[in-house]
Amino acid sequence: MAISLKLNGKTHQVEAEPGTPLLWVIRDELKLTGTKFGCGIASCGACTVHLNGEPVRSCQTFIEDVADAEITTIEKMEEDKVGAAVQQAWLELDVVQCGYCQSGQIMNAVGLLRENAKPTADEIDEYMYGNACRCATYQRIRAGVKRAAEILEA
Amino acid sequence: MTVNLSRRGFLKSAAAAGAALYIGANAKGAMAASGSADAMLNHFVKIGADGKAIAMVKHVEFGQGPATGLTTLIAEELGVTMDQITYEFAPSNPEVYNNLFFGPFQGTGGSTAMANSWMQYRTAGAAAREMLINAAAKEWGVDASSLDIVDGMITDGGNSASMGDFVAAAAEMEVPAEPRLRDQSEWKLIGNTQTRRLDSPIKVNGQAYFAMDVQLDNQMVVMVRRTPQKGGVVASFDDSASKEVKGFIMAQALPTGHGVAVYAENTWAAMQAREALKVVWDMSAAETRSSSEIKDEIMAALATEPTYNVNKAERAAVKSNVEAAAQVVERTFYFPLLAHAPMEPLNCTIEQTTEGKIVLHDGAQMPTGPHMAYQQIFELPADMIEVNSLLAGGSFGRRATPDADYQVEAGLAFIMTDRSRPVKLVWDREDDVRGGYYRPAVGHKVRVGLDDNGTIVGWDHQVAGQSIMKGTAFEAMAVIDGIDHSTVEGIADSPYSIPGQALGLTDTEKATSVLWWRSVGHTHTAYVMEVMMDLAAKAAGQDPVGFRLSYLTGEGDAARKAGVLKLAAEKANWGNVPEGRTQGIAVHKSFGSYVAEVVEVSGNNDDGIVIEKVTAAVDCGIAVNPDTVIAQIEGGIGYGIGHAMRDQITLDGGAVEQANFPDYEPLRISDIKAIETHIVASAEAPSGVGEPGTPPSAPALANAIAALPDNPEHVVELPMSENGVYFA
Repeated sequence: MAISLKLNGKTHQVEAEPGTPLLWVIRDELKLTGTKFGCGIASCGACTVHLNGEPVRSCQTFIEDVADAEITTIEKMEEDKVGAAVQQAWLELDVVQCGYCQSGQIMNAVGLLRENAKPTADEIDEYMYGNACRCATYQRIRAGVKRAAEILEA
Repeated sequence: MTVNLSRRGFLKSAAAAGAALYIGANAKGAMAASGSADAMLNHFVKIGADGKAIAMVKHVEFGQGPATGLTTLIAEELGVTMDQITYEFAPSNPEVYNNLFFGPFQGTGGSTAMANSWMQYRTAGAAAREMLINAAAKEWGVDASSLDIVDGMITDGGNSASMGDFVAAAAEMEVPAEPRLRDQSEWKLIGNTQTRRLDSPIKVNGQAYFAMDVQLDNQMVVMVRRTPQKGGVVASFDDSASKEVKGFIMAQALPTGHGVAVYAENTWAAMQAREALKVVWDMSAAETRSSSEIKDEIMAALATEPTYNVNKAERAAVKSNVEAAAQVVERTFYFPLLAHAPMEPLNCTIEQTTEGKIVLHDGAQMPTGPHMAYQQIFELPADMIEVNSLLAGGSFGRRATPDADYQVEAGLAFIMTDRSRPVKLVWDREDDVRGGYYRPAVGHKVRVGLDDNGTIVGWDHQVAGQSIMKGTAFEAMAVIDGIDHSTVEGIADSPYSIPGQALGLTDTEKATSVLWWRSVGHTHTAYVMEVMMDLAAKAAGQDPVGFRLSYLTGEGDAARKAGVLKLAAEKANWGNVPEGRTQGIAVHKSFGSYVAEVVEVSGNNDDGIVIEKVTAAVDCGIAVNPDTVIAQIEGGIGYGIGHAMRDQITLDGGAVEQANFPDYEPLRISDIKAIETHIVASAEAPSGVGEPGTPPSAPALANAIAALPDNPEHVVELPMSENGVYFA
């Protein structure tokens, strides 16, 4: 089926079968590879994108359900006030190791900070729980979210 | 195994040996060869006319930091800031870019990236500096010894010019064999806590290019339906339903018989078509054992005399000393199979160029492995094969198999085509969790005898498990007198001076493929050593720190191990925990580094145990990038604790029972509330940091849990959550 997809402020015409995960349209059709494949069953968060500003797992979001939505990926975060603050915090603290999960971590952290400008450690842990990092950079992710909140408050 | 650590000679021999495989890489004439402004001053340093330096990084970057670390060494010796240098991944070339600890083999492992490169990269940076300075001295008519490079400018105080101005002249000079290395007092970058990772910017904005991100024109995606039991082979398959999937191209049984390759236009089509494929397996030679049988075999081995006597101590004498001791502490341990489960599932892409070259795009941990395997598969000489090394999304050992498993699989899938289209092999998470190459299942039985004063008088230790090295290409190098050291490392070479220690080893059958897993044998040996030390201290009525220190009285190894133990205890405020909390400590040497960790827990087994804090101390020699060292210790702790808490791979009738993250649950952000890492100042050469954080983490947790009022027992079988421990 032909689908009109609003992604990162542009409209794309894509051809995909119903039931195709948004993840694979973003990666294989639109060639935006910042959004990662980790588990395919919404258990790791590596594929997190924003749907109308809210974090969703793109591996379990299906193409027929997003035709009218605004989709945003990691590639657009530099232009987002909260996204840029999270990226700055991530750089200051060198959060990343292998980096493969970090697009998803950042997309989820942006979702958290939009909801809660000053989350506590427990609130961060609860919101970020579903984003796995096998390098275990969690300590710095927690600190990074707090630092981004400071940057945004300043 | 050839280890050439001497400064004299390696640059010369590298230059001589390497030119064949690396166009434009020989120092003399590089400019002429490239015709551009960039010049290779030697195999590790490239400089552009704009003065920007580029370090050629020979190790894979999967988070442990060599891209930044090796570049730091070049920048320091050359005389540039970290803003004036960048990095590229070196091409596959076992003569030039080999791991100096591995012989003529390019690869990353054993936490050796910094340790083997330390003198090599500094010398290369210093050689480049001398070549540039000599070129400037010649033109300016001054003595070269009056010149230095500071922040990218060649200067003698009066004259000053950009390095770039002298690149052309420098590239014509001989590579100095023994350039002057900067004295530690001159260092601005080595040991600088402010250095940021060079790969951070691309990893926060989606631009980082991992092997999984390769999108070549006209590529096919291949996914393989593999045998669910090791040794099963394809009898027949039916792809009629796959043909209904839009984007399906074809399905073919791999020549090895272990699976059917499904070719499709994109990843989702490959997944769908593979799902629709029906395969009939011939399981006549397949593995059928279950985990309980593997465990039974290991336990039976521990109940009989071991095959190998590892440390040559008189077993009979040690046993009788233990028998005669005033107190005996005895435990039997069991460690399950574990998967590595890096975030980026395994994958690689293979293509053939118009010149007939085979190019592999891969986050290759050991580029020489697939490079050699492809010579056989494609019947091509080495110089007709290229390995394009890309970022890897984690590995923990999985991207380095002695048989180059997934790269060979891609090669076989490619050779069954007409090679007009690139083939990208993609594994999904289920493939990864079920795909073998696990940390072996291992058992230990230990009997420790103590006298009336609580002093150890005998330590009778037996290990049984599946050898990682036997039956692989590394056997000849790694197995000595039948003993696979990787099964007993951390006991056989422990810095503890334990009187009367016997160590026996029995190999058990491999019901599945096994592999090194972050910290290899230390994953279980540290656990056993440190839980037994804790139990022995308790039996002796002594403080666990003081008890350990009494067996760490010598110089060198023992002193460094004692040093981290004392530092971790001090920083954790050992013995003075807040009400309702307990602490456990463990200390271990691995990969040349010493790490002690104190785990602090709260709660109880009814409401759930909480890991409040981990305090670590590390002595890894000179910490080149201290923040990377800290990050690696944090990550190593998380990896060790996460698996000890919850993870195991189990087999039922030979088939793996786990499939994806819910049943192979990764450590989550809420599992460890805080980690604090302290680095011991050292003038020793750098040793490993990628793995050494892992070994002490699980035993320190076990010791902390055992100290809780309602948990008198140390956990002796992992994972903890399956053996009586409830985490909040």
